Amino acid sequence: MHVPDGFLDAPTSVATGVVAAAALGLALRGARRELDERTAPMAGLAATFVFAAQMLNFPVGAGTSGHLLGGALVAVLVGPSTAILCMSVVFVVQALLFADGGITALGTNIDLMGVVTVLVGWGVFRALQTVLPKRPGSVAPAAGIAAFVSVPAAALCFVGLYAIGGVVDIPLPSLTAAMVGVHVLIGIGEGLITALAVGSIVAVRPDLVYGARRVLAARPLEVRTGAGASR
Amino acid sequence: MRVSTRALIAAGVLVALVLAGVVSFYASSAPDGLERVAHDHGFADSADRHAASDGPLADYRTRGVEDDRLSGGLAGVAGALIVLVLAGGLVLLVRRRPSSGSGTGVGSAPSSGSGTSAGSRTGRTS
Repeated sequence: MHVPDGFLDAPTSVATGVVAAAALGLALRGARRELDERTAPMAGLAATFVFAAQMLNFPVGAGTSGHLLGGALVAVLVGPSTAILCMSVVFVVQALLFADGGITALGTNIDLMGVVTVLVGWGVFRALQTVLPKRPGSVAPAAGIAAFVSVPAAALCFVGLYAIGGVVDIPLPSLTAAMVGVHVLIGIGEGLITALAVGSIVAVRPDLVYGARRVLAARPLEVRTGAGASR
Repeated sequence: MRVSTRALIAAGVLVALVLAGVVSFYASSAPDGLERVAHDHGFADSADRHAASDGPLADYRTRGVEDDRLSGGLAGVAGALIVLVLAGGLVLLVRRRPSSGSGTGVGSAPSSGSGTSAGSRTGRTS
């Protein structure tokens, strides 16, 4: 979903840049609370994984592809503020070194793929955590569903930006249907990859997954004695 | 068996490097969702030529390396390592800054590498 230069007009690009700068300022502040000896090493890994995974376009229907966005994944792994920082690093490197995503569109891309996916993904994940059983096995499915939702949400935000500052006059209903339709399909891949990645880490080190802390804390230590221990 | 943090991070980075360096060759080259929609709705042509399209790693290819597999793989590995260093460095800088809440400036982060509180990072391992 990397937006190139030229899709949005200059005022809109400036505005998205300002929003991205504000989001980064808040994220820098918030990340200090999230970063500890567990999340700090995970943050570098999460950003690296997102860069790699974004090279892996998978087919969705005829002649169209999509790749992981990763905002929900990184938010669950290291927390939403740190996730915004990690995602932004990826988009800066992609725009400046790989010519992927426009330079004047950098703010737009950080907003859509780094802020919207993180906030929507984290919000849906936390909402699911309140209704799902409080155990480690719920973390990966919740992350997967949150990731699935985050992709059409970002697509919808692009449509909103295009309605404000798109350089070509496009009928909005048809643009909305097309963007959401294809990104629901990409979202399925996003959800599967996210659930797989989160599940792999929860399986070996649930304590390294920021989004799993709540369920780990909710699970008291069991003292198994007598008949229970002989099983 | 408990997997150490170091081992898990190393394994994860290795997976990412293999994905970026090897698996990426097999990725779909079809236009992505936005490109497809832009094409179908007639605004794909409004995209400007990328200002960095002559860079040494532009379009995930390594300039000067002709072989497709090698060119893309090298670019992928280079990008993954650059992201690892930048994201890791940013996290270190954020953790080094005092948590008093003073100063929110993005631009002030790179100048805080005085190392005065470097010990706090190792001192907090549980």
